[in-house]
Amino acid sequence: MKILVCMKQVPQKDAPLKLNEAGTWIREDVSYEVNEPDAFALEEALRQKEKHTGEVVVVTAGPARALQVLREALAKGADRAIHLEDDAFVGLDAYNTARAIAAAIKDEKFDLIFTGLQSDDYGYAQTGVILAQILGWPHATIIMQIEKRVEQNDGGIRVKRELEAGFFQFVDMPLPAVLTIQSGINKLRYATLIGIKQAKTKPLRKVTLAEVQSSMGGNLQKIEKLYVPQKSKNTEFLEGSPAEVAKKLVEKLKNELRVI
Amino acid sequence: MDTILVVVEQREGKLNRVSWETIAAGQAIAAQTGWTLEAAVVGSGVAAIASEVAAKKLAKVYDVESPRLEPYTPDAFAYALQEFLGKHPAKLVLMPHTYQVRDFVPKLATALQTSAISDAIGYRYEGGKLLFTRQMFQGKFVADVSFAGSGPCFVTFQNGSFRADKVETGTAAAPVETVNIDIPDGIVRNKPQEVFKEAKQAVDLTQAEIIVSVGRGIKEQKNIDLAKQLADALGGELAASRPICDNGWLPMDRQIGSSGQTVAPKLYLALGISGAIQHIVGMKGSRSIVAINKDSEAPIFEIADYAVVGNLFDIVPPLIEEIKKAKA
Repeated sequence: MKILVCMKQVPQKDAPLKLNEAGTWIREDVSYEVNEPDAFALEEALRQKEKHTGEVVVVTAGPARALQVLREALAKGADRAIHLEDDAFVGLDAYNTARAIAAAIKDEKFDLIFTGLQSDDYGYAQTGVILAQILGWPHATIIMQIEKRVEQNDGGIRVKRELEAGFFQFVDMPLPAVLTIQSGINKLRYATLIGIKQAKTKPLRKVTLAEVQSSMGGNLQKIEKLYVPQKSKNTEFLEGSPAEVAKKLVEKLKNELRVI
Repeated sequence: MDTILVVVEQREGKLNRVSWETIAAGQAIAAQTGWTLEAAVVGSGVAAIASEVAAKKLAKVYDVESPRLEPYTPDAFAYALQEFLGKHPAKLVLMPHTYQVRDFVPKLATALQTSAISDAIGYRYEGGKLLFTRQMFQGKFVADVSFAGSGPCFVTFQNGSFRADKVETGTAAAPVETVNIDIPDGIVRNKPQEVFKEAKQAVDLTQAEIIVSVGRGIKEQKNIDLAKQLADALGGELAASRPICDNGWLPMDRQIGSSGQTVAPKLYLALGISGAIQHIVGMKGSRSIVAINKDSEAPIFEIADYAVVGNLFDIVPPLIEEIKKAKA
């Protein structure tokens, strides 16, 4: 199986974020990490390859800093990487991101494309599904398990979709297909020292904005303004030493909330 | 006149009640813009749902039918709605941000060469322009988003963004029109099997009056016991955010959030939970929320009644002692 994994670099979970002067985006001088569901998507691709042989290719669209995500993926076992490198990729809507990726892989033949189910920055939860539509492939979202339909021998797969409120559903589908992967589908591996060393010699293809721009269009969504949410509640912050805070909180639980 | 279309969600012939929130949103936007509000139910044999919806204040309800719409597949739903919108154009198409909608709306919007503003939590109508509010960076910020295409503009609303009990009933039932869609062979590629529940749910957290919930801040599996002691002291149930259950530190049936249970207890005490959107949607209806987190900018504090910025490992032990004292 030849699998493409779409990965994204996002600000670290605990990174304190500040708005830029125009109030349209965050200041970029923060620490970054791989978008968590994308890490699970990569792990799943590596496991599928170990089971069925094949190739795992990772792709990201982002500035020079996003290369780190690809390096880590190569160190964990991906075979090669594609970097759509330009600062402009940060500001794309999901439709344009998907169009850029589709253009970058037009000469490739993948059996499966994985994406994380959504990103921690924009949170669109759309890029994978849009990519499937552009390629004319079937898709399934929020996937918790992937099996080749070996017995049926129809070249297809059976996936387990997560639904809401604890429900699941198996779906049979043909290949090639796009799947968006849910966090927790597997246990993540760490890169080994040998892996980190080998990553340096693995192929990395850079794609410029100019190479894919003719496939893209204007963004259909525009962030007019980014701001700190207005509090809907009057939050009371309890301060003091741990012992003092504990006393204050119990007083609230007893007299205000009446749960003790 | 421009049209707003609300696509009501049904699953296996039952109306998903979150659809009332979307209709409430549609009614509010229609009142401000003066646009016409219509609704559509998409499925196979869903006329009864269309009639139920028609009691609300709507100009028209469409019953969009095809035998191939049951069971749900993204291929059939996107095809049917693309055909429908070709005959009945709308400027704005609203849906609830459910797992089902997430599964087909990006495909539908792309097929129409347009875009979906997903997981919006509100809107503003300013100077003849509609802006939709959506959370960014896991709720740390919100953005006002405008739509730049020629339409239709798809918008999906997060659960709880509008109040279902605000839906206005019409003076007379809205007319219902059946629209039969012919979905040709070969369109539907996925073969969905029966929907099922993994394991019998051992705990029903929806009935709990007090919930102590743990997130990543608990750091290690062995620390879960500290949260358990707090829950026991309060006489409450122990719950968790998704990463804790993914790690296997607590069983999946204790998970709160969009993929777990939705709860509204008297007290929701969040320990080391940052408040990712997927978690918040499962507990924001709680009567009171207490949050303990070391990150003063954690989004959970936005919805907390009482907040403690600090290390939970310092605060929880004396808290347990104080609760025991108070109860003694």
